Amino acid sequence: MALSSAEIQRIAHLARIEITPAEAVDVRAKLDSIFDLIGRMRAVDTAGIVPMSHAQDVTLPLREDIVTETDRRELYQSVSPAVQNGLYLVPKVIE
Amino acid sequence: MFTAPIAELAPALASKRLSSVELTTALFDRIDALNPRLNAFLARDRKRALGAARAADARLAAGNASPLTGIPIAHKDVLMTAGWKTTCGSRMLENFVAPYSAFVVERLADAGMVLVGKTNMDEFAMGSSSETSYFGPVKNPWNVDYVPGGSSGGSSAAVAARLVPAATGTDTGGSIRQPAALSGVCGLKPTYGVCSRYGLIAFASSLDTPGPFAQTAEDCALLLNAMAGHDPRDSTSVDRPREDYARLLRAPGGAKPLAGVRIGLPKEYFGDGIDADVAAAVDAALGEFRKLGATTVEVTLPNLDLSVPVYYVIASAEASSNLARFDGVRYGHRAAKYDDLTDMYKKTRAEGFGAEVKRRILIGTYVLSHGYYDAYYLKAQQVRRLIAEGFQRAYQQCDLILGPTAPTAAFKLGAKTSDPVQMYLNDIFTVAGNLTGAPAISIPCGFDRNGLPIGLQLQGNHFRESVILNAAHRYQQATDWQRREPADIALETAR
Repeated sequence: MALSSAEIQRIAHLARIEITPAEAVDVRAKLDSIFDLIGRMRAVDTAGIVPMSHAQDVTLPLREDIVTETDRRELYQSVSPAVQNGLYLVPKVIE
Repeated sequence: MFTAPIAELAPALASKRLSSVELTTALFDRIDALNPRLNAFLARDRKRALGAARAADARLAAGNASPLTGIPIAHKDVLMTAGWKTTCGSRMLENFVAPYSAFVVERLADAGMVLVGKTNMDEFAMGSSSETSYFGPVKNPWNVDYVPGGSSGGSSAAVAARLVPAATGTDTGGSIRQPAALSGVCGLKPTYGVCSRYGLIAFASSLDTPGPFAQTAEDCALLLNAMAGHDPRDSTSVDRPREDYARLLRAPGGAKPLAGVRIGLPKEYFGDGIDADVAAAVDAALGEFRKLGATTVEVTLPNLDLSVPVYYVIASAEASSNLARFDGVRYGHRAAKYDDLTDMYKKTRAEGFGAEVKRRILIGTYVLSHGYYDAYYLKAQQVRRLIAEGFQRAYQQCDLILGPTAPTAAFKLGAKTSDPVQMYLNDIFTVAGNLTGAPAISIPCGFDRNGLPIGLQLQGNHFRESVILNAAHRYQQATDWQRREPADIALETAR
């Protein structure tokens, strides 16, 4: 399989990772060889096989609908790059 | 004495022949002398450790100690450790101080273990050589020109160099077992769900498994006793009765302690691509297991060769989702210059992640993207089931599956960094254990022509840790590979 440069840039945009055209050349070569490896599994006949999404067939547990978390906003916001008045700061997104 | 396994240190601590403060001090001196050559530790804190050691000594004096009280330990830097920098080996989290601790970190602290530091690792646990760390590669204590394996290479190197008697790791595709093999120590990947993932910074949630590193299988059992347990904060944590994982080890052995144990030998583990020295060491180990009373049976594991491709679809898909949280808003790195919000995300992630992490995120994003989901992700989940069913059929004929942990001993630093596929294929014998969720251990079983350690993998069915640990323990009672130690390289260089 060969990914085009446009496809690399499309995936990189979806993943929100900036990739320079120079980096894209190396990324493309390496992804091509990785997808050649991955491609080996595509030949297997899996008709009717139920997908296995987890290592064990666990049913998700339920708990009482009560508040268990205490307010730790200050602690958690202490590791943020930019906060003010208890709010996370990001670039302006609406005009 | 200071470099002895836990099972020898604990009685010395209990009988006051040794104090935790003495032990911790001696090991810190070793760390200070040897770590500059190994780069196994990213953070260490002698003052804080000595505080914990004094508390442990008080607990030992008061008579309410656990079998692990006063024993020093290091945690892989993917495990949240309250008040400690927890970097995942990434620039993204270079200055991140964890606001709370992982379940296994809490449990080992509750047992009275003395935390000495955090260990280096492949960035976000993505790698098999511990070379993708933003903070530089870890070196193999047996020969510093070689890798220690990965991703938990800081932990395996620290135990191998006898800097700590125990360390934690996490295993998503072999990241405990493969570095244990390449560094010449024991590393146990428990059954998925036995150790809570709470506070383990997620890479691939359906595969990530915390587990212990130590010198011996017996020590791994003692550590697992403290690390295992139900945790409502991890929805996949299993709720089952408490188990003493060391109970079989204490039973009298006799001449044939493994009588009745059936060892499966998959032909897929003994084919082409296995280094001759590795094959010979595994064969010799098999002879020991037979002498101990085990019987052997040939089994097959269909589609095992597809476990690496399946793994790279599933693990990368989950990684692309899990690592979306690193956006420069709530924690971690944020780019200094950007135009708007999208540009901030893109530049932050371009700067914060290394090349291997970016590749995995891109693979995952692609296989989950519109039009490709069925062909890759769904397909991989289907083949995952075929592989798991193959193991279940094999376990109808045997109790354990034996083989090499990795196809070769350690490789040179830089030997595989330019070819990710060659690096990925190092995990050929370990990834299936993550896809199935079943437990496995790697223990030392010899050395190759370069004097580098070789690892033997023992796998068992879900929740059969005690059987695996017992078999490994009986082998270690009959042999002494686990007692071999690398020379103190830094000290030798200084001489």
